[in-house]
Amino acid sequence: MTDFSKLNITSALLGLKNKDFKSVELTEYFINQINKKENLNCFITKTFDKAIDMAKKSDEKIIKNRELGSLEGIPITMKDLFCTKDIRTTAGSKILDSFIPFYESTVSQNLWNSGAVLLGKTNMDEFAMGSANTTSFFGNVINPLKSKNNDKDLVPGGSSGGSASSVAAGLCLAATGSDTGGSIRQPASFCGLVGLKPTYGRCSRFGMVAFASSLDQAGPITLTVEDSARMLQSMVSYDSKDSTSSKKEIENLLDYKKSDLKGKRVGVPKEYLLDGLNPEIKKAWDLGISWFKSVGSEIIEISLPNTESALPTYYIIAPAEASANLARYDGIRYGFRAEEKSDLTRLYEETRAQGFGKEVKRRLMIGTYVLSAGYYDAYYLKALKVRKLISDDFSKAFERCDIILTPTTPNVAFPIGEKQTDPIEMYLNDVLTVPASLAGLPAISISACLNSDSLPIGLQIIGKPFEESSILSAASLIEDLRGF
Amino acid sequence: MEYLIEGKTGNWELVIGLEVHAQISANSKLFSGASTDWGADPNSQVELVDSGMPGALPVINKHCIDQAILTGISLNAQINKKSIFDRKNYFYPDLPQGYQISQFEFPIVGKGHLNIEIDGVEKSIGITRLHLEQDAGKSLHDQDIDNSFIDLNRSGCALMEIVSEPDMSSPSEAAEYVKKLRNILRFIGTCDGNMEKGNLRADVNVSVRRKGDELGTRCEIKNVNSIKFIQQAIEFEARRQVDLIEKGEKIIQETRLFDSNNLETRSMRGKEESHDYRYFPDPDLPPLVLNEEDIEKLRLKLPELPDQKKSRFIEEFGITAYDAEILVTEKYVSDFFEQIVEGRDSKIVISWITVELFSYLKRKNVSLEESKIGPEKISSLLDLIISNKISNRQAKEIFDEYLKSDVNADTFIEKKGLIQISNESEIEELVEKVLKENPKMLEQYKSGKDKLFGFFIGQVMKLSNGKANPKMVNETLKRKLSL
Repeated sequence: MTDFSKLNITSALLGLKNKDFKSVELTEYFINQINKKENLNCFITKTFDKAIDMAKKSDEKIIKNRELGSLEGIPITMKDLFCTKDIRTTAGSKILDSFIPFYESTVSQNLWNSGAVLLGKTNMDEFAMGSANTTSFFGNVINPLKSKNNDKDLVPGGSSGGSASSVAAGLCLAATGSDTGGSIRQPASFCGLVGLKPTYGRCSRFGMVAFASSLDQAGPITLTVEDSARMLQSMVSYDSKDSTSSKKEIENLLDYKKSDLKGKRVGVPKEYLLDGLNPEIKKAWDLGISWFKSVGSEIIEISLPNTESALPTYYIIAPAEASANLARYDGIRYGFRAEEKSDLTRLYEETRAQGFGKEVKRRLMIGTYVLSAGYYDAYYLKALKVRKLISDDFSKAFERCDIILTPTTPNVAFPIGEKQTDPIEMYLNDVLTVPASLAGLPAISISACLNSDSLPIGLQIIGKPFEESSILSAASLIEDLRGF
Repeated sequence: MEYLIEGKTGNWELVIGLEVHAQISANSKLFSGASTDWGADPNSQVELVDSGMPGALPVINKHCIDQAILTGISLNAQINKKSIFDRKNYFYPDLPQGYQISQFEFPIVGKGHLNIEIDGVEKSIGITRLHLEQDAGKSLHDQDIDNSFIDLNRSGCALMEIVSEPDMSSPSEAAEYVKKLRNILRFIGTCDGNMEKGNLRADVNVSVRRKGDELGTRCEIKNVNSIKFIQQAIEFEARRQVDLIEKGEKIIQETRLFDSNNLETRSMRGKEESHDYRYFPDPDLPPLVLNEEDIEKLRLKLPELPDQKKSRFIEEFGITAYDAEILVTEKYVSDFFEQIVEGRDSKIVISWITVELFSYLKRKNVSLEESKIGPEKISSLLDLIISNKISNRQAKEIFDEYLKSDVNADTFIEKKGLIQISNESEIEELVEKVLKENPKMLEQYKSGKDKLFGFFIGQVMKLSNGKANPKMVNETLKRKLSL
């Protein structure tokens, strides 16, 4: 008997192929686990009937050994930001509480084409705005991990908190997330997982509820680096329905295994050594550096001088784009509409006042403000210029190195309720992840070690554009040497 | 002639600029594959982008880009190699995305010009820019007592906004400009120019000033949808502004509406209420980059423009500039002319079209296109005249009746028994009969009363029921009488 709790995508694919178990059995196991761990609040919508249905179809294919997809029969969860045909898609918001798309996002379609099985749509910060999964209309998500020193419930990180938590709690084999400023990497780090944000344009944004269009990217959250490569391979595609989708040839991501880290130049940016950086995280970073040294990589101190400006730049550009992207939620055509018939303006005001949560409103206000006449030049335009500088910093740095190694977050998972009062403190969670987002670069987070509370610390590897396999290869080194 | 408004305190001149919105002739919308057919069931031509669904993304329709470039070329304008699509943010129920995708700082077409002719004098009107944008949907308020409805069929259709310099100084100049622009668009096929359907409409900017003064404060009259209304709106608005200024009041910069029933403009919203549209580059659309080669390909594909056609008509057919101008003011008319003139005497063709046919249309108060008169209707008649089957005069006499009929000229003439007698022996027979029956007159003629010649002609024509070929009768009679 296979112990389903020990499986990952790679081993499950082998088990399915060898007919050790059926996809339906695997799916039923996860359904059972999901029901057991209801308290984590990982799901907004569960799709168990559909899951069984999909699993049966996969099993038929496996028996016939025909038309097998690369993820045939693998149960996964989808962040509730990907539109799924005939399945409610809320983006964690009341305003889309009743929204059932009649179309499928390209990323989810790609996964179904690969044979993946959908267990459910995962909880998330409302419209992906948050770093602790505490802004969801459907309640906060709980991290299955706990500090060994107290019993407080911890945040799973955000905004893909439900996805990360569902993988960490063993409720599925992998999950999709979306990353605008760190929303895949940060929860992966908090939950001890592998989270990969690909190069901007690598995954189609068609059918993804938009937060900040110039930054949003879909990516996988997985147990292992190999799983990450397998998931991402299925998710990516050139898509004519997304004008920002890249036509660049897609490499075989599993080739990451062939690459040799000996002689690879690993950049370590001095600006990422923040004042507030937790000493244990600094230690983990040093540990990571030592592992690369041990295999013959060259460690190069680099400078990304505009790092300090990345967070404010991000918190101008992302809200600005969001203020327009979320204008369509007006109660006129779909989703929540307030009971207000006195006049049109009141209908808009009430619908949006009742339909959006506090954090979304805060960012819409910021975004509207920075685009307003008289402020545009000072904020938005300036932010665009700084974004270019940040991007140039990376280009220059990549003349001297092949990958960049940094911590993923300045802190580990914190108890639910903390860092809630001051939004700035919450925004600081993203300080190490937003620079790569602004530059559109691929970046991966992988758990490197545990802190004294036995909570995972993630390291981030940032790569050159479209060099996903190079960051996968670096992450696999950490996976091999971390010793768990 | 200078157009001035007479006020109590002296004369005022007008400054007019126009923003023309022209819907691009295209099968699908600017950023979606939905059809643009007119008159379909409400909301039957709507894709995800057009209805602002979550996760929907715009994808540019290349055909619309080409149409904008062609238009730019025909307006002698700069085609910008790089242009940017921006979001123009405002809330309205018929604007599903909550923003309109438009072009703000970097339009696809830059400066150009268009020449108009007023009383035979040419004037160049500057074009400031042409940009692409999405049309909005339509709110329907008259379908139900308690509810309004939205039709998104028009949502996302491609518009070209063509902005002129404030170079016009009279209502008739503005009218000529719109006529000319509309005609060019129709010639090159980038917009059908149908103002009734709203496929071409104008925002009119009007201000007044003393001759030589700085520009006055302008008002913008939105969405005027006929050339006549444009003229009327300008006339009213200019007079209103003059009256206000002369009363010592200030013009407030504002947006106004033209009420075509009462022939007046009314305030819609003031500047202080004007929207802050918060334009910013649409992150869903990369900059639009064009290369020289593609632009040149389009330049070669550009059909003949009205002014070029006019010159060619003058040269090729030896017609007057006046006639040529009449023919090219409407693409339909020039196409009609070209189909008829092919292989026929251009003098006859031009006179039948510009004199006989046009006066018929004027009497009926319809345009050539509306009249549904096809070119073969006219060409078949002209063929009978040219081959002497009927006389010019006969043709004129039966013209109205013939145009109303639904048969071609041969059938019509045959039915009427109007075929001209051009057979020499038949004519001779007729002449001889007349001479024989009028011996007295013949004697008088021979004694020197030359003017009786006309009497004999008349008698022959009468005898033939007007069917005898007058030219042949004339010749035969001359010959017989000189014997």
